[in-house]
Amino acid sequence: MEKRTLVLKGRLWVLSRDGELISDIDTDMIYHNAHLAVTDVSKMGQYAFGNLKGYEEFAKQARPGDMVLAGANFGSGSSRQHAVDCFKALGVQAVIARSFGAIYKRNAINSALPVLEIPALADKAFAHFEQVEIDLGTGTLRGPSGSVQGKPMSGVARDIYMAGGLFEFARGE
Amino acid sequence: MGGTMMEKILSSHGAGDCRPGDEVWIGIDNRTARDFAGASVVANVEKNGGAKPIADPSRTFFTFDCNVPANTIPYADNQQTIRNFARKHGLKVFDVDAGIGSHVVIENRLARPGSTTVGTDSHLNIMGAIGAFGQGMGDVDIAFSFVSGRVWFEVPPSVKLVLEGIPGAGAEAKDVALTILGRFNHHELLGKSVEVYGEWVERATLSDFITIASQGTEMGAVTILFPPNRNVLDYFGMTEAEAVYADPDATYEAEYRVSIDGLKPLVAAPPNPNNVHPVSQYSDVRIDGAFIGSCTNGTLDDMRLAAKLLKGRKVAPGVMLKVVPATRSVWRTMMKEGLIDDIFEAGGIISNPGCGGCASGQIGMTGRGEVQVSTSNRNFTGKQGAGDTYLAGVGTAVASAVLGRIAGVGELEGV
Repeated sequence: MEKRTLVLKGRLWVLSRDGELISDIDTDMIYHNAHLAVTDVSKMGQYAFGNLKGYEEFAKQARPGDMVLAGANFGSGSSRQHAVDCFKALGVQAVIARSFGAIYKRNAINSALPVLEIPALADKAFAHFEQVEIDLGTGTLRGPSGSVQGKPMSGVARDIYMAGGLFEFARGE
Repeated sequence: MGGTMMEKILSSHGAGDCRPGDEVWIGIDNRTARDFAGASVVANVEKNGGAKPIADPSRTFFTFDCNVPANTIPYADNQQTIRNFARKHGLKVFDVDAGIGSHVVIENRLARPGSTTVGTDSHLNIMGAIGAFGQGMGDVDIAFSFVSGRVWFEVPPSVKLVLEGIPGAGAEAKDVALTILGRFNHHELLGKSVEVYGEWVERATLSDFITIASQGTEMGAVTILFPPNRNVLDYFGMTEAEAVYADPDATYEAEYRVSIDGLKPLVAAPPNPNNVHPVSQYSDVRIDGAFIGSCTNGTLDDMRLAAKLLKGRKVAPGVMLKVVPATRSVWRTMMKEGLIDDIFEAGGIISNPGCGGCASGQIGMTGRGEVQVSTSNRNFTGKQGAGDTYLAGVGTAVASAVLGRIAGVGELEGV
C-alpha cells in the first residue's frame, strides 16, 4: 500500500480569474455530468476541470504530485465521487481551498485525497506553479511566497487518510 | 445542556452526547443508492464487503430516478449491474418506474421524523422536510453504510432561521426558498444545520417543506430542518412525543430573522440559484420552454396547482411545457383526478416519473440560447443543458408558459 504522510510537497495549480481565487467551483465544473457513467477511475482523469472556464487543459498539463489551490466552497453541488477520483487518477496530491462543500470534503477524505481548508487564504498569496509544502497535521501551507495557517486535519478524518481510505481504516479498526 | 434537532437525532442514533465539530459514528436507518453512482457503490461493496456484504438487507435498497428508463447504454449497464447485485443479496430495487428516490422513501414511510437516511442523491437532505436526517454522500460512504450500517459524520453547528409573516397571494413555498437563497450569500449557511421556525412554518404543508428542504444543498447548508407540525405528524400517523424537537435550551451558533410577509413571486436568474429577483424584473424575457417537476416541485400538490392553472388555458405557440411527476403514485393520482387531461389539453408534455431535467435529460435538455423557466433547484451553467435556466415556482412556470415570457401567476387572466 501507498505510504501516507502528513507533509506533502508539490507544484501548485492556482485556480484564479481576474486576480482572484475562483470560488464556488462546483462538481459539474470539476467533472461534468456528461461523463458520469464512467466507473473506471483510471479513465476519469481526462475530464478533470473539463467544464471550468480557462482550465479545460488541466487534465493534459497536470503532473503527478501537483496540488490545486482554489477559493471558497470548492466542490459544491452533487455527491459524485468522480469529482474526487478524477484527481486521484491524475496523481493530484491534495486540494487546498478557503472552504469545501460538505459532501466533497468527506468524499475526498474517504478516498484519502487530502484536503486542506484555509479560511484566511489571500487571493494573491501564492504564485501559479510555485513549489509548496503542506503539513496536514498543523494545517500549514508554505512556499517561497510565504506561509499561511489553515485547519489541522484531526480525528476520524486524519485516521481515515492515514489508513488510506474509509474501508482500509475500518479493516484496521 | 440541551440539544438542537440535529444533535438530538444524531444522539439517538449512536452519537452519544455530541457537540458541533465532534466527529461521530452514527447508525443509519435507510441506506440507499440510485442508478447514478449505484454501480460504483456495488463495485465498492463487492471489493470490500466479503461474502455476506450487506449488514441489513431490509434497510438497504436502490432507487432508480436519474435516467429512467435508461436512454444510454452506460446507464442501462449500470442499472442492470445493480439489479443483478440486488437479486443476489435480496435487496429491494425501486426500479425505473418508481420515481424520485427521496420522494419514494418518504411516500413509503421508510424515512420518518427523527430517522436517518443516506444515499447518493445530493438532495437527500430533503429529509429535513420531515424533521429527519438525510445526507447525500459519495459512493464510498454509501458502500460503507451498506456494509456496516453506519457512517462517520462531523456534527454541524446549528443555526436558527425564523421566517416572519405570511407570504402574499400567488407566492409559493418555492418563493420562500428563493427568498432564503437570495438573502444568504451561500457561504453563510455553508456547513450549517438550519432549523426553521415561524408562523408560516407552523401551518405549511409537507410539500411546502419538501420544496424548501430540497434547496438546502444550493443554500450550502448541511440540511434545512423543519420541526414536524400537525400536517407532517398526521402524514406519518405520529404524535409529537414520537418526533424529535430541539430542547428549549439548545445552543445555536446564530439566529436569523427573515421576513416573508406579503412575499411576491421571485425567480433565480442564471447563472446561480442565489441570483434572486422579483419576477416583474424579467417580464420582457421571452421563453422557449418551461419545466415543472424535480424533487423540488414534483409533488402531487405541485401537479394539482399546475393542472388547476392550466385548465382552460393554452401554452403559448412555440413554447414547450414539460411536466414530470415525482413518483408513480403522484402520476396515478394525476390520472385519476383528470390532471393529466388538463395538462394535455393545455399543450403540455407529460413524462413518466423521475428526476426530469436535472439529470442529463430524461425530458430533454436546453440548447444554446434557449431560455427555460424551471421549478427545479439548479440553474448552474450546463446543468440543464446549454441554455439559460430561470428557477421559479409552479405558478410562475405556468404563467410564463402560457404568456410566452417570464410572468407571475397574477398576470394570468382570471387569476
